[in-house]
Amino acid sequence: MTEYFNEMFDGGKVRQPYGGLDGWMRDMPAELRAMKQAEAEALFRRIGITFAVYGEGGDPDRLIPFDMFPRVFTQTEWRKLERGIKQRARALNAFLLDVYGRGEIVRAGRIPARLVYQNEAYERAVSGFIPPRGIYSHIVGIDLVRTGPDQFYVLEDNCRTPSGVSYMLENREIMMRMFPQLFRENRIEPVDGYPDALRRTLASVAPAKCDREPTIAILTPGHFNSAYYEHSFLADLMGVELVEGADLFCEGGFCWMRTTEGPKKLDVIYRRIDDAFIDPLCFRPDSMLGVPGLMDVYRSGGVTICSAPGAGVADDKAIYTFVPEMVRFYLGEEPLLENVPTWQCAKPDDLKYVLDHLPELVVKEVHGSGGYGMLVGPKATKEQIETFRIKIKENPVNYIAQPTLALSTTPTFVEEGVAPRHVDLRPYCLVGEKVELVPGGLTRVALTEGSLVVNSSQGGGVKDTWVLAE
Amino acid sequence: MLSRTAENLFWIARYMERAETMARLLEVGARIALTPSAGHGYRSEWESLLQASGTAEGFAEKYGDPVQRNIESYLFFDRDNPSSVISCIERARENARIVRTAITGQVWDTLNTAFQEIRQIERQPRSEWETTELCEWVARQSAMMRGAMDATMLRNDGFFFMNLGYALERADNTARLIDVKYFVLLPSVEMVGTGFDNYQWQVLLRALQSYRAFHWAYGGDITASKIVDFLILNPASPRSLMSAMRKALHHLENIARFYGDEGATGPVQLRARGLVRELDQTQVTEIFDEGLHEFLTRFIGDIGDLAGMVQRNYLSGDAR
Amino acid sequence: MILTVNHVTTYDYDAPMGTAVQSLRLFPSRFDGQRTIDWSVAVEGGVKGGSFRDGAGDRVEGWSIRPPVEAVTITVTGQVETFDTSGVLRGHRELVHPMAYLRETVATWIDDALQELGESAIEGASDMLDRAHRLSAAVAEAIAYKPGVTHTHTTAAEALAQGEGVCQDHAHALVAAARAVDMPARYVSGYLFATEDGAPHEAAHAWAEIWVEGIGWIGFDPANECCPDERYIRLGSGLDAREAAPIRGITQGAGEERLDVTVALEQLQQ
Repeated sequence: MTEYFNEMFDGGKVRQPYGGLDGWMRDMPAELRAMKQAEAEALFRRIGITFAVYGEGGDPDRLIPFDMFPRVFTQTEWRKLERGIKQRARALNAFLLDVYGRGEIVRAGRIPARLVYQNEAYERAVSGFIPPRGIYSHIVGIDLVRTGPDQFYVLEDNCRTPSGVSYMLENREIMMRMFPQLFRENRIEPVDGYPDALRRTLASVAPAKCDREPTIAILTPGHFNSAYYEHSFLADLMGVELVEGADLFCEGGFCWMRTTEGPKKLDVIYRRIDDAFIDPLCFRPDSMLGVPGLMDVYRSGGVTICSAPGAGVADDKAIYTFVPEMVRFYLGEEPLLENVPTWQCAKPDDLKYVLDHLPELVVKEVHGSGGYGMLVGPKATKEQIETFRIKIKENPVNYIAQPTLALSTTPTFVEEGVAPRHVDLRPYCLVGEKVELVPGGLTRVALTEGSLVVNSSQGGGVKDTWVLAE
Repeated sequence: MLSRTAENLFWIARYMERAETMARLLEVGARIALTPSAGHGYRSEWESLLQASGTAEGFAEKYGDPVQRNIESYLFFDRDNPSSVISCIERARENARIVRTAITGQVWDTLNTAFQEIRQIERQPRSEWETTELCEWVARQSAMMRGAMDATMLRNDGFFFMNLGYALERADNTARLIDVKYFVLLPSVEMVGTGFDNYQWQVLLRALQSYRAFHWAYGGDITASKIVDFLILNPASPRSLMSAMRKALHHLENIARFYGDEGATGPVQLRARGLVRELDQTQVTEIFDEGLHEFLTRFIGDIGDLAGMVQRNYLSGDAR
Repeated sequence: MILTVNHVTTYDYDAPMGTAVQSLRLFPSRFDGQRTIDWSVAVEGGVKGGSFRDGAGDRVEGWSIRPPVEAVTITVTGQVETFDTSGVLRGHRELVHPMAYLRETVATWIDDALQELGESAIEGASDMLDRAHRLSAAVAEAIAYKPGVTHTHTTAAEALAQGEGVCQDHAHALVAAARAVDMPARYVSGYLFATEDGAPHEAAHAWAEIWVEGIGWIGFDPANECCPDERYIRLGSGLDAREAAPIRGITQGAGEERLDVTVALEQLQQ
């Protein structure tokens, strides 16, 4: 039986960060809890924050379950994480600038050329281009899990367009509305500075040609997208337009928005669409979502695209193994955050080990996301394991494996009261003129007892994440 | 403002107004159906309703003969009918969701609540709701929506585009509602001026919730020319073509001024001003001389043109 | 050799269209094999957009034309002095790592036949350069030049199965066969000056480049069974014909498009 680290209870004792919640939890009558839970749901529904799961159909207005029990970090714990996250975000950006430039890290033999240049996510169209401030990935989401008081691991990096930040903000809003006394009793660092910080970050990477206050817009695939709420929410909080491809056109080396007063020049695009859909002229000719000619405008310095097309080569699961190497190579520092040990099924030795130890491992598709196409060995049936064994043997390059981590738990409201459930954490690091991180992030929780899969598409929920002030 | 945002706002209003019109049409139908009909039965009356709402073809394809129950379902709950109440409310709400941040929380709440409620109503057995109740429910949603807009929205271009949408849709819809009379009376022109004819005019007034207003304004017997004056030319009548067109012009002028054109001399404004002037100079007798149906058809065409100009100049984003 | 180029491309539409947007790679590459004396690219009625040199060394220029668009005419005129470098792309500045040219595309999909062609071609080759030459020769032998039997969307595999094609098919097949044996390869578009020997090829031409470790990129023209020399003008490259296309464009609207191209190359007598 694996021992899981419980973030609140250490044996019978309440750990320090949760001191303020013990009484709250015990004093709350079941009826009040049920009432508050209903209230929270009504609030979420009213603001319209919903989530649709890809390919599942069903109710497009489904809510991600919100658990009212906050997840708490001390200032000391957070500072340590913060340093590690910023370090990682800097290294990932240095890597991107390098591999789209001279590729020093490859020349130095620290990362195999094949892994970088034959990678699906490597985009020749941006090669040789230095974006403003040399930044490719402006919003880096780093998924962390915890296995002990001081033991954190990076599960994966998200350099393209990490989603979920609206939940971080809304969860906090709702908690403050429902339990104001908690915020009076505990000194909790605010997260509501995020939209401003994001706007500053985006403005700081406006093209050199822009000689006034930059015009920023968020580019969305449209209102059918499952994250549309988040796009519209962020645009509103930043006070910028939310645009679709059809709202933009390129002319004279610039990108323009169609407005009721005629064309308005756009300087920075925070895009929430995939690379392949940015510009039908450059990528997928069948794309209806993109803006024809946008890549030419981008490359000639008429507009900045955040994150840069091609940024995904840094968050690929095969590249992930080398991020600690990037930290050493570019920053000359030792990595502050650890990677989860990873076996590459592409390597014969690793493959053998993986096939011999399937029941203990978590196997993931290299390009998969959202918890799909994943095998959790210890939770899988014999049949599932054998099916996976065949899939891996057929195409080993497509898989990596990691040990099953003993994910920490935090108290969570469940049917019977309060019970420990496994959690992870996604903080959002902003990279512009400054590298910034708001004190908090999105805590995802596996609501099913014993489950280690926190993805909202697989029955996961979310929690408010607190960082206590000094 | 992003052209697409303006377009969404414009259409939220149009769909809400259209939903109300559909409900009112249904009410006209339900009332006419209660009247002892002189020879030609309910059938042609329902048929004429479908004609007026522009949904006759779609209905015939799906159901064939116009039977009251089917017509009610088609005009109210049928998603295959793009003009049904449920289609309109769902689209208004979807447009609002897209531009959620360009409207206030109250306006969103009103639309979202209407959307949730109609989905519930849809699931209940039809026998639980009288047609009149359904129609009243729609009218109430529509009124709440206008109230929420008026009470909470910033007086900026978004507000003006929404009001413009309301005004143009109302002008179009009122014209179509009056046109129902044309279809209803068509088989028996000799009945003009008879008691039965007058009864139908009353029904129309009631459906437009203008029955009492009409009496306050005119008094005396209901005559065709009084009604035409009231519903088309009288600026005091809230649903008259004149009121709607004046409102459209007013908001077009607001838009122009908001964008720095103090004299409001853009092509759209000039066209709207022309239409208002034309109505101003029209006499009731001239309408009957031209033929009510012909006059209305021409007017509906003019509104279509004006809406097209709004689209090209503001909503398409192609104007430079 | 000094070559003058006159290249006019016209897209005609049977109905007025919306905005047209174009990305042009219509500029002679900068390397030891050619020196641009004079060059101009113009799009009739168009607005010039941004221009830049991409990571593969190609100059790219964006253009757009406001609606309504009835026709798009792109006129290229210029003069280039060319030198024979035996096909070697010497002095060409580019940043893209050769390994990025091992990726397959739809047009260069490697089927069993292409794999087989590649593997048997390099059997017994003395070194990498020899391999490249043998690959080119094998493709030339496997696909006979015959215009009109293939079209723009024909893939390398289809052309090989058919055994006939034009320069685009030769280039695609060579690119695919080289990648099949793990040699980075790319598609190149440009012009060819057909000399008096009467080679029947069009002046708008395409060939392939293969990466030979130790030397660099080397051009091979299986259609003419040679390496590009002073008769060739190189414009741009890519993974396949679509990527290396000198003109990429999108015109909004439902109208039918008719394409008309005239290319005239002449040698300036000194």
